[in-house]
Amino acid sequence: MDDLRRVSTATNPDSEAYGFTPDRPVTTIAIPAPPTRPEKPEGLSVVGKSLPKVDAYVKVTGSLKYADDIVLARTVFGRMVRSPHAHARIERVNVERARALPGVVAVVTGDEIPVLYGHLPSSPDETALAIDKVRYVGEPVVAVIAEDELTAEEALELVEVEYEPLDSVMSIEDGLRDDLNKIHEDSRKRANIHKEVHLEFGPVAEGFAGADRIFEDEYFFDGNTHAPLEQHSVLANCELDGKITIWSSTQNPHYLHRVMASVLGMPASRLRIVACPVGGGFGAKTDVFNHEVVAAYASRKLGRPVKFTLTREEVFYAHRGRHPVLMKLRTGVLRDGTITAVKLDTWLDGGAFSSYGVASTYYTGALLPVTYKIPAFTFNGVRVFTNKPPCGPKRGHGTPQPRFAFECQLDKIADELGLDAAEYRRRIAVEPYSTTANQLRITSCGLDQCIEAVNTRGGYSAKHGKLPYGKGIGIAASAYITGAGMPIYRNAMPHSGAIVKVDRSGGVTVFCGVSDCGQGSTHMLATVVAEALGVDIMDVQVFMADTDLTPVDLGSYSSRVTFMAGNAARYAAESVREKLAAVAGPKLGIPPERCGFARRRVFDRDDPGHGLPLLEVFQLAEAHYGTLAGVGSYTPPEGIKGDFKGAGVGPSPAYTYSACVAEVDVDAETGEVRVERIVLAHDCGRALNPAVVEGQIEGSVYMALGEILMERSEYRGDLHKYPNLLEYKTLMSVDMPVIETIIIETDDIEGPYGAKEVGQGALLPVIPAVANAVADAVGVRINANPLTPWAVLKALEEKRTASKAGHASGAASREGAELP
Amino acid sequence: MQPGKRVLHLKVNGEAVDVLTETRKTLLEVLREDLNLTGTKHGCELGECGTCTVLVDGEPVLSCLMLGAEAEGSEILSVEGMARGSEPHPLQQAFVATGAAQCGYCIPGMLLTAKALLEHNPHPSREDIREALSGNLCRCTGYTKIIDAVEMAARAETP
Repeated sequence: MDDLRRVSTATNPDSEAYGFTPDRPVTTIAIPAPPTRPEKPEGLSVVGKSLPKVDAYVKVTGSLKYADDIVLARTVFGRMVRSPHAHARIERVNVERARALPGVVAVVTGDEIPVLYGHLPSSPDETALAIDKVRYVGEPVVAVIAEDELTAEEALELVEVEYEPLDSVMSIEDGLRDDLNKIHEDSRKRANIHKEVHLEFGPVAEGFAGADRIFEDEYFFDGNTHAPLEQHSVLANCELDGKITIWSSTQNPHYLHRVMASVLGMPASRLRIVACPVGGGFGAKTDVFNHEVVAAYASRKLGRPVKFTLTREEVFYAHRGRHPVLMKLRTGVLRDGTITAVKLDTWLDGGAFSSYGVASTYYTGALLPVTYKIPAFTFNGVRVFTNKPPCGPKRGHGTPQPRFAFECQLDKIADELGLDAAEYRRRIAVEPYSTTANQLRITSCGLDQCIEAVNTRGGYSAKHGKLPYGKGIGIAASAYITGAGMPIYRNAMPHSGAIVKVDRSGGVTVFCGVSDCGQGSTHMLATVVAEALGVDIMDVQVFMADTDLTPVDLGSYSSRVTFMAGNAARYAAESVREKLAAVAGPKLGIPPERCGFARRRVFDRDDPGHGLPLLEVFQLAEAHYGTLAGVGSYTPPEGIKGDFKGAGVGPSPAYTYSACVAEVDVDAETGEVRVERIVLAHDCGRALNPAVVEGQIEGSVYMALGEILMERSEYRGDLHKYPNLLEYKTLMSVDMPVIETIIIETDDIEGPYGAKEVGQGALLPVIPAVANAVADAVGVRINANPLTPWAVLKALEEKRTASKAGHASGAASREGAELP
Repeated sequence: MQPGKRVLHLKVNGEAVDVLTETRKTLLEVLREDLNLTGTKHGCELGECGTCTVLVDGEPVLSCLMLGAEAEGSEILSVEGMARGSEPHPLQQAFVATGAAQCGYCIPGMLLTAKALLEHNPHPSREDIREALSGNLCRCTGYTKIIDAVEMAARAETP
């Protein structure tokens, strides 16, 4: 408990924005001592129970208000003219006819809101509406606001924009060409390169020199999108006093608040962001969007509420989804499989803007050494701009791609060295309480238990290589961050804050700036606070994600919510509990520290029958101290990052671990892959609510299966081939395999009640486990996703051709994926 | 009456409603915009995702593909009408108990599709449930706990 408090009050002077060099180097990575006993606070009454979520009823009655459900009198509605060209200069814009249409109240053009913004302060390159040129099909150019949506839609047709088309840049290979137009003309980088990263850790040359075998393979991970079912929506209302309130389907109200203040040129104190419950995020709603800025601007101009809700097609253009990544992976191993060195080169297709791209680029390398012992590691990452909707963070941000490559290659290494792939992975797994080659601090780590658990339950070692042709089993493992250790902009303030108020009614209220996109943040806050104060979970009211009401939290990204907001809320509740104990102790005739809190009672821990109703204690404390409230804040500990440029991406207060066994049935005639069974183990530290943890794992498995089997952002020429939910294939209820989840608890010493993340990490091993199972089923390794029937048939055909020609079967790679 | 408008006579969630609406409006828009029943959600407005499902005379219908005018005289059930007074419908209860709602956005459509299934087939197999829900997309749950919930509700309804 004392240790946790120290963490909570620590400030982090080295917080840096991505890509900035810190003022002074941090030289040592401090590894805390392993706990002598697991951190298990006694008498847990809420934590660990699969209670229904506190916000479950409003979700089954339809009464929960998502952004588009909010209605204000006199609201006007906006729509945007979008570019039909992937890359073109804007020659002329004429909005007079649109403006003249009855019912149209405003037309907004790019030059009215010229301030550049970007999610990362180091790379602002977007404007609310295009100025001078357009960079992808679907980029907003002009906004029309009208009395109703239909009129706005009609007015779009009356806006005249003349373009001069330019050569488009549609692939990684194009992005590296010097003879094509620059998408961002003021960039000083070569060709259309956005970001280049070169890092080296440990004795790489010696590692490869000392290897018995070196494996070198190329992989391609295609892009895909989040496709949340809720279309992005925003409502902005400027009152006559100039204060603007913005209700948005955003995962990150705090960053939206900052960017909006700067783009609109007004103090943030005159802007209120309310992040509505998000109808599916997965990273889709982490960025600042054109329609959000235009709505606020237009509302200020008109003095009326302005609403924008994207169409499904527009959601595909808003994107910020998975980067397509081309990878070249070189691994040196000893005869027994011990890794001596790894070299990873990645090329990311970033789309037209930076978005989170600098972080995405680093993430394709940063977490590779967190899973297995890699003594020497070199990583080169290049992100290029292309004329496609911008890529950004999707569940797993930048790490599913290299994890796919690495786990597929590891499977090949095990095969060729004659090792059992499950036991091999256990042997090279990182140790708890260790550091990685790239100076990351690992604390609790259940990787070994995860692999053992899925192998035992899934029967990998018993079945692999022994199933009939067409049936296969595969295994893979992975690691993920529990929250980014550094904020997106340089500052020394907390990453999360919470206020807990209790009063004479017996009710408890939590205020915290974090948003809920369905992962259960609301319930998590109620759980942590109910546990700390001993109230029933339904006694807790949660107010979230409102910049006027709630302390700052950085947002729902990087799997940071449970760990950071959970700790902040816990500290806030514990500070109230101290006051409660101070009045209850004398009343019970015991020292305050002997007071236990559970089931709406305060009691003597040494004699639990001797106690008081909690309500009475609340009233005694309110009489004694006056109004009762506590604050808590969380800042990640110091000394968790290295001292090199780029060390800001990868550090996390804790890492989670996962392992997966997949069983597949491959029809060699049609190429169809059916996943029959998934066994997934995830080390979440401690399951605050096991049902919620299971739900996150099941959702991760579902999303991962989409990425390996069917989901893909595909282009025909300059056009997105299918910006709709009919042809953008996702798994339906009938496509889902049996999912068996295993929760591994390692009681992280810094996590709230030992908890770590679960929302993203569990997705990572599923993708390569399925690919490895397909290799087991039909004997071909396909080094690119998705494993569509066409890809499988092509690989089988190549194998037949190769064996007829007398060659060994080679890896199939993406068509035209020539490495630069 | 203004051109392009008409009065619809509907029975919505058990109550007779006369609503003045634009003839071009879909049933989804009539429910959300004219009757403020925003529990019915939209995910594509093209009939692709199943999110806007409501029951029209007991049958699941994609309200984004039906004009309000086509529903004239019909009985509409939206998620707001599922509870029996202050008692949640067994399906609602089961969705709460299993944790079937993550972001919750697809849930109204899922509930109504499931309700229609249970009315036709009170003892569905797991396969029947998967089949019945196959037109309703969910991006959060992997469908597992939603299917669990429908099974649980079916058991609860069986004496």
